[in-house]
This record gives sequence, C-alpha cells and structure tokens, in this order.
Amino acid sequence: MVSNANNAWVLISAALIMFMTVPALGLFYGGLVKKKNVLSLMMQSFASLVVVSLLWVLVGYSLAFSPGELIPGVLGDFRWTLLNGISPIDPSPYTVSDPSGPVSHLTFVIFQCMFAAITPAVVSGAFAERMKFSAFLLFSVLWLFVVYIPLAHMAWSTNGLFAKQGLMDFAGGTVVEINSGFSALAGALILGRRRNLRPTPPHNLTFTLVGGAMLWFGWFGFNAGSGLAADGLAASALLTTNVAAAAAALAWGFLDWRLQKKPTLLGAVSGAVAGLVAITPAAGFVTVGGALVLGLVAGVVCYGFVVQGKPKLGYDDSLDAFGVHGVAGVIGTLGVGLLAAPGITAPFHMNGGQGFAGLLYGAPGAFVLQAEATGTAMVVAFGGTAVVFLVVKALVGLRVTEKDEALGLDISQHNEKAYTLIE
Amino acid sequence: MKFIVAIIQPFRLEEVKQSLYAADVQLMTVSEVLGHGRQGGATEIYRGVHETGNLLRKIRLEIAVNDDFVDRTIQAILGGAKTGEVGDGKIFVYPLEECVRIRTEERGPAAIG
Repeated sequence: MVSNANNAWVLISAALIMFMTVPALGLFYGGLVKKKNVLSLMMQSFASLVVVSLLWVLVGYSLAFSPGELIPGVLGDFRWTLLNGISPIDPSPYTVSDPSGPVSHLTFVIFQCMFAAITPAVVSGAFAERMKFSAFLLFSVLWLFVVYIPLAHMAWSTNGLFAKQGLMDFAGGTVVEINSGFSALAGALILGRRRNLRPTPPHNLTFTLVGGAMLWFGWFGFNAGSGLAADGLAASALLTTNVAAAAAALAWGFLDWRLQKKPTLLGAVSGAVAGLVAITPAAGFVTVGGALVLGLVAGVVCYGFVVQGKPKLGYDDSLDAFGVHGVAGVIGTLGVGLLAAPGITAPFHMNGGQGFAGLLYGAPGAFVLQAEATGTAMVVAFGGTAVVFLVVKALVGLRVTEKDEALGLDISQHNEKAYTLIE
Repeated sequence: MKFIVAIIQPFRLEEVKQSLYAADVQLMTVSEVLGHGRQGGATEIYRGVHETGNLLRKIRLEIAVNDDFVDRTIQAILGGAKTGEVGDGKIFVYPLEECVRIRTEERGPAAIG
C-alpha cells in the first residue's frame, strides 16, 4: 500500500534534483568559463537531462534496479523495458527507513532517473571549453550503460553486489560522486588540456553563486529524499546536509583568507559544494557532529587538492569535477564507514534493527566494505570512462578544432552566443 | 579645433565631469575601456590560480573643443582626475580637421559647442 505522505515528499525531491541539473549546475559551471563558452556548458547539462530521461524509462531503470541477473550483482535485466509491468498503483519494491509506507514504484523510477541525469552533467565540468558537442552526447549515452548503471545496481539494487553486504551509500557517494569525479579525471586526461591554458577569470561569478546556492537547495531533495520517506530520518538527513555544506564553506573560505589573503566568494561556494558532496553518502547515517567533521575535512582537503595540488599535477580538469566531487566523494564514502552512528538509524529498525554503525562505533567491517566499494567505484568509473572515450574518439572525435576552440564553443558548436555587444 | 582624449581612473569620473561642467565644457563622450600604463596589470586569484597581467578598467573621455577651450579643458580634467598615484591616466590632444553637426549640417568651430 503506497504511503501518500512519503510519496509526496519523494516526488518533490525528484523535482528538486531536476532543478540541480538545469539550471543550477549549468549556471554554476557556466559562470566559471569564458563568456564565449557559457552556453556550451549549459547545453551539456541540459542534454544530460534530456538524454538520460529517455534512456532511463527505455531500459536504464530496468537494467539498474530490476531483480534480474544479466550480470549477477552488477546488472539487472530487461523485464521493465519501457516500464512495462509497472502499474501506477504498485508500491516501490525499494524502501529505506519506512518499509510499511513505500512510495509509488513510479515515484522511485523518476527519483532515480534524476540521479542518473545529473551525474554526466557533473562530469562535463572536466571537459569544458574544448569538447565537441557530438562527442559529449555520444559519451552521455554510452557512459550511462557502461559506468552509471552498473554502479547504481551494485550500490542500490536488491541484488547489488555491495547493497547485499550492507553498503552505506545514502544518496550516491559511490554512484554519483566518486563516479563523476573519477570519470572526470579519466576524461580530462584523455581529452588533454585546453590549448590556450592561460588562467582566465570566471566570466560571471554571480552565475556561479546563484547556481551553487540552487545546488545546495536541490541537495535537500537529493539527500533527504533518499530515505524514501517523509519521516524523522529525512529531517536528520536534511539537517546533516546543511551542516556539512556550511562547515565546508567556512573551512575553504578561511583557508582562502589565510593563504591567499582574501576570502573569496568562489572559494566559499566551492567549499559548500565539497561539503554537500561529502555528506551525500552519509546524510542518513551520521549525527550532526559527524556531519560537521565531514564538512570541515572536505573543505580542507578539497581546498588543498584544488588550490595546491592540481596546478602541480598539470592535468586540465577545467572546473574541478574531480577535485571537488571525486575527492569529497571519497572522503564521504570512507567517512561514513567511520562515523555512522547506529543511534540514527536503529530507531527506524534499519539494518535488522541494530542500525548502521561505523568503525568508531565498533564496526570495523563496515569500514572495510566502504573501502572496497570506494575502490570499485574508482576503477569502474576511471576504466569505464576511458573505454567510452576511446570509442567516442574513434566514432566522432573528441575535440573541436583549434580554430573552433579559439572562436568559442557557443558559436562553433551551437551557432549561438550568450551576450550581444550592440543590441 | 582640437580633439582631447583622456584616459582616467573610473572612480574619478564623477569629479572630472563636475570639474568640466564648472569650466563650461558640457559635451563629451565617455566609454569603458581596458588598459594599463606604468602601474602594470592587476593580479586576481581564482581557486588559488594567480591570474596576472589582467588589463585594468579605465574610462576614456573624448571631447572636441575650439582652440580657446583647450587649456581650460585640460585643467578641468587634471583637477578632477589627479590623485598623485600611479595609474591616474593620460591626456592626449590631437588636431581636429573637421566637425559636422548632423542635425543642422553646420561645419567647423560653430558645430563644436
């Protein structure tokens, strides 16, 4: 019997996550690039939403979440092709904190669809200002099947390799964050650096702040919707999400102030996103204190990685998809293995009534499992993306020509521009 | 007739305008431009990346005057724009061959004021 209360909250959460992909991520990324490339970034986010929305109902959802075993533990089967056999009145086979009040199965389908849609859009930050649109489009199709769906199945499906062992990945630390980060790294390495790699000031940090704030807003649905119930655990997840974002923004902002002389808006917003990423796998498992720790650690480590580390390493992850999502995703996924407090989930009778515990609460096995899933997600994301990129390169090529890169992707790929000079 | 072009600090524009009005110079064209002189460009920092050699924002004033107005225009610009710091800008004075008021088709000194 579908719980209409839970159903309402998860439907709203799905809409919140849609808003994160477009316009939030498009604005966040678009503000960071040269003004001749802003539309190309927005178009990539938009294209992710469009392409994945269709592939998801076609076969994506079925492969990711059906109980079939095309590849046991890794891939479901085709039984729910075009959502065949799923009635609007069916309760979702998936519940988290309220097994007696499932949402509608179709609600779960669209909620998960929005996760799948935002992930290639996050990856696109690493390809900014030099990738052909046709290449991105083909990438987003292939990558969904080769990388995203297997990782989603492993972490979240009833038959998933890690789900069966009790992996703690509340809202996608492995599936979305480590995945997008390490896919971004592989892509950036294969794609190569932008030709004119003079550091350019972001063309509109107002966009970046507006987009970043919308991401924070949407993340409430992303994390607090992931318990699939409008209950106290949703409140707890929303609260930890907010705490981690604020803590990481503060950490990055103060490091900027201390080490670069000024507290920057870009630093504070980047920190907030790092905190949101880190709390993603942990949102429903940790206390507010745990969220504070995760946020501060993510702010400091991502700052170190993006500001101090990346320039020395020399690869061109244009908008730090790896430095923020990959690094903070690892922090969060391992961190929840330490910090998961059984007192949070036990009252909801989760994990057989004992609640989920991390290493610091006497469950070292949980940390080992988190580490295994982290390593697996890194390998699948990096290796899978590398394979997809080589196929895309062979079929349509990856980069725009030198001249098109100089002209800007807005004109060369889309024949449009964001700003006119005279009327 | 002379054509006076002044590059000034953006934050001095209001003072320069008031100073020109006080000297009875009422007509000018103002544009935002980028450039730098001896003070060099600016350094900005984005996610820790130092971006040096950025051109600075400046204001470009263009004023066409008759010969007897040249000195008072220069004095007025100096009065408004000078802070004594590097970066105050420059004033260029060019000979002006012709001036046509489009509305009346008047030419020469009568068309300027």
